[in-house]
Order: sequence, then structure tokens, then C-alpha cells
Amino acid sequence: MLRTASMIMIAGLLAATATPSAAESRKKPAKPVPAPLIAQACSGCHGQLGQGLKGTPRLSGYEKDAFARVWSEFRDNQRPAATIMPRIARGYSDTEVAVLANYFSSIRR
Amino acid sequence: MSDISRRNFGKFAIAGLSTLAAPSILQAKSGARLVIIGGGFGGASAARFARTNFPHIDVTVIEPQLTFVTCPYGNLLLAGARTLSDITHPYGVLKRRGVIFIHDWADAIEPDKKLVKLRSGKTVAYDKLIVSPGIGIKWGALPGYDQAAAQIFPHAWVPERGEQVLLLRKQLEALPDGGVVGFAIPGNPFRCPPGPYERISLVANYLKKHKPRAKILALDAKDAFSKQGLFQDAWNELYPGLIEWIPGSKDGKVVSIDTKEKVFQTEFGTRHKIDVGNVIPPQSAAKIAIDAGLTNETGFVPVNPYTFEATKAKDIHVIGDANIAGPMPKSGFIANSTSKQAVASAIALLEGREAPKDPIYFNTCYSHVGDDYGISVVGVFRPSEKGFVETPNSGGVSPRGPLAEKKTQRKLEAQYADAWYASITKDAFG
Repeated sequence: MLRTASMIMIAGLLAATATPSAAESRKKPAKPVPAPLIAQACSGCHGQLGQGLKGTPRLSGYEKDAFARVWSEFRDNQRPAATIMPRIARGYSDTEVAVLANYFSSIRR
Repeated sequence: MSDISRRNFGKFAIAGLSTLAAPSILQAKSGARLVIIGGGFGGASAARFARTNFPHIDVTVIEPQLTFVTCPYGNLLLAGARTLSDITHPYGVLKRRGVIFIHDWADAIEPDKKLVKLRSGKTVAYDKLIVSPGIGIKWGALPGYDQAAAQIFPHAWVPERGEQVLLLRKQLEALPDGGVVGFAIPGNPFRCPPGPYERISLVANYLKKHKPRAKILALDAKDAFSKQGLFQDAWNELYPGLIEWIPGSKDGKVVSIDTKEKVFQTEFGTRHKIDVGNVIPPQSAAKIAIDAGLTNETGFVPVNPYTFEATKAKDIHVIGDANIAGPMPKSGFIANSTSKQAVASAIALLEGREAPKDPIYFNTCYSHVGDDYGISVVGVFRPSEKGFVETPNSGGVSPRGPLAEKKTQRKLEAQYADAWYASITKDAFG
């Protein structure tokens, strides 16, 4: 399976090596949100593109507002079934959470 | 790849990392050389991250082993829950991604000439060097414990090809029921702070099933350790009467090893007869870091907390267990997490830009203590002018409580530990 990051780079390679037709140049792909460095930590358990694995939830395609809401629920101990996320959530500012939410919501499921 | 496509390749990748992007990157010379010493969690993660995000940079890894055997999950091998192949990771994917591997020992670094000297006699030139060689064992620091002694009482703390952990497993299998398994545990700092206690737990797990009359004697130089309350709760609940842990203040510090008599001797002169012994010896940064003059009096390497550049040498960035990064632990996750800031910083500085601002270094150390029983410690860290700082009010350990109440949490954390292992090894080697 091609990962989004690879596809971004492959898109760049194709753009450089082939002249797109008029039709192709009209079909601009949705602009991917750049991967912020702080999202790298999430990949430690949720997979490199937040796809989730072995029971860790999928983050890719997570709706932006829901991501921020769930994060604040972790932070405020309002999710009784939580295990390690409350301890993580308290380490990130609202601005940083917004960056993560923006990034993961932009990755296609 | 043509020059044109190569440049575009780089441009798109940089656009994919906003925090790193700057227009000046496009003037970067093609083929700048990033050389990495060490192919463990730090070095492999650095190589993978560099190839993915800075494809205009040539990435070379100097690593003597053909595959990497992880320390994490090695304790599960002792419990019989994993095999050596489960914890062995080849470098094929990284090679296919364009990382050049030189399977040789880095014997010396010449910072003035920007050269690494290999054991084979060859030299490798770099523009930026990432040093991630892991720990070295301070042979002789614990009297009686040398390379020959490690064949009798394995350390199983430096993986190499897995020989040591397999030896310890074989010895446990041969242990007579009713025998004593001894642990000698060092003072701080050492690789993987919860590691000895996870190992005690998983050896207990094995003994309870296969040698129920055997005992564990854990002799510790310290009075406190990582996730202590959680480990001790688990020992009491899962392995009652099986584990005796003796802290330093109660004569737990092992001061000499006698392989002939099979004895661990502690500070106040007590001689403990051991049948199978695991000596986790005092450690320093690996030899190459010491020989290159990167270390200070602690035996580890002081670094800039924002860029991981060694304070003693320009253009050499040191990550992983070899550096001084307290209160961050010497863990695979920290090596992975910091490798990315180190690479991004090294390349930014090489290309005349500022290192990425406001990094966050992240750690979760899971420990398996029994079947379906996992515990964890989380740390969210940031750099400051004074060093590394844990973010206030964050992180910490799993909640304590009787297993009857916490069964679901313990089971989920064991499962998430497996997710972590799969994910982090993929991030580094996959």
C-alpha cells in the first residue's frame, strides 16, 4: 500500500518528469496538510500515518473538532475507559492539539 | 534520478514538513552527506526520517551488524513468549529506500577533517554526523565481571546478535527447580530504567509456570526504581513469595562477581550463592563516543537540547542512549523521537537555516509484567537553555490498584505495548 507521504513525493517526481495534459492540470489533488514534527510522537503507537494498529485507535481522517474535543476530555479525565492518553494529553497546549487535529483530519482514511 | 527530478523530489518532501520548510532549502547543494554511526532505534529512525523528508541528502549508516536485535521485547524471549526472529529486524527496507549501509565498525572520528575511520581502514567523509552508538559496558568497573564472566553470568543488555539473551534463556531452562536466579542491578544512569524490573517479572512468569520452587534474588544498587509501586504490586499479586528485591540501603549493591563460586558479593560483605545470574553492569556511552572525545566525566555525551549537537564537537549530533538527556530516559522511544529533531536540526544548520523551533520529545515505556498485564510510564519533554524539562502536570505512571479493579487497563496496556513495538520498529526499520 502506498503511504500518503510517499504519494506526495511521487506526485512531485511525476510533475517533474512528465508534461501534464490540460485535463490533468485541471484535476489538482487536494492540498495535503504538511506533517508537523510534533505528530511524529503519535506514530510511536498509532502507526506512521495514524492508521492505528493492534487496538490503538485510528487517527487518520479523524474529524478536526472531534479530535480536539476528545483530547480535552482525556486532559480533564472525562473518559473513564482511557488508559495512557490522559497522561499524554496534559503535556500538549491547545495550539499544539490544533496542529495535530488539523494534520490527522487531513489524512485520507 | 535526474538533477531536475531530484530537486523537485526534495521540494515536495520539504513542503510536507512545514516546521522545517524554508525557501533557502532550494539552494541547498545536492548530495550533502549525512553519515550515521549506529543502526539501532536512534540511527535507523534518523536514516528513515532523513530519506523520507530530505531526499536530496545522501544518507549513510555505519553499522557492523547485518540485522538489529532489539533490547525491547528481549525480556519476552526469556519468558518464552517471543523468539529471536520476532525481535530481529533486517535493514533491507531502509536499503531499498536509498540508505547506504556500510557494515563495518566506526573506530575513530576526526571532527576537524569531518571523517569517520572504519576498522577496515577505509574512511567515510561527512558534512553532518549523527552518532547513535548506544551504550558500552564498563568492563572491570564491577570487579570480577569481564567478557569471560559474561559467558557465565550474561548481561543480555547489549543485543548484538542476540547471543546473550539466548544464553540467559538457555540457562533458565537448565535451572533446577528450587534454584536461585540472581540479578545484579546498577545505579543510575543506565539503559532502559524499567528494564531490569520487567526482566525480573517475566523471569518470574517463566519460573512460576516451569520451576515453581525456584526463587529470584534481585540485588539493587538503588533504593528506588522506575514504576516501583506498580512492579511491586504485580509481584505481590502474580508471583507471591517468588521475588526478593533488596535495595542498596539494605545491602543490595553488588560489588564483586565470583564466577568460580557462582557468588554475587554485596557491599557489606554478604556472599549470595546464585545458580543463574544476570549482571546488568555499569555503563557508559559506546567506545566510539569516548574515543572521539565527545563524552564528559560521566562517560556520556553532553549535547545541545535543541539540536543534539555535541557540546564538544561541531557538526556531530549525538542521540540515543549515548547522550546526557536526563530526565529523559535512555529508551528506544526517546532515541526515535529525538532522532527526528536531531536530523532536522543537522540539515537545517548545514543549509544555513535555524533548527526547528519548539520541539517536543516524547516517551512511553511499557513493561510487560505477566500475561495480559502491561504497565507504562509516559513523559512529555521539551528543551530549555538549562537542559531537558518534563512538561509540568503531564506524564507519569499507570494508576495503581488491585488487579481485580484494573484488569481491563492492564490488559489494554499489554496490547498497546505490542502496538508500540510494531509501530516503532516499522518507523525505524520498515
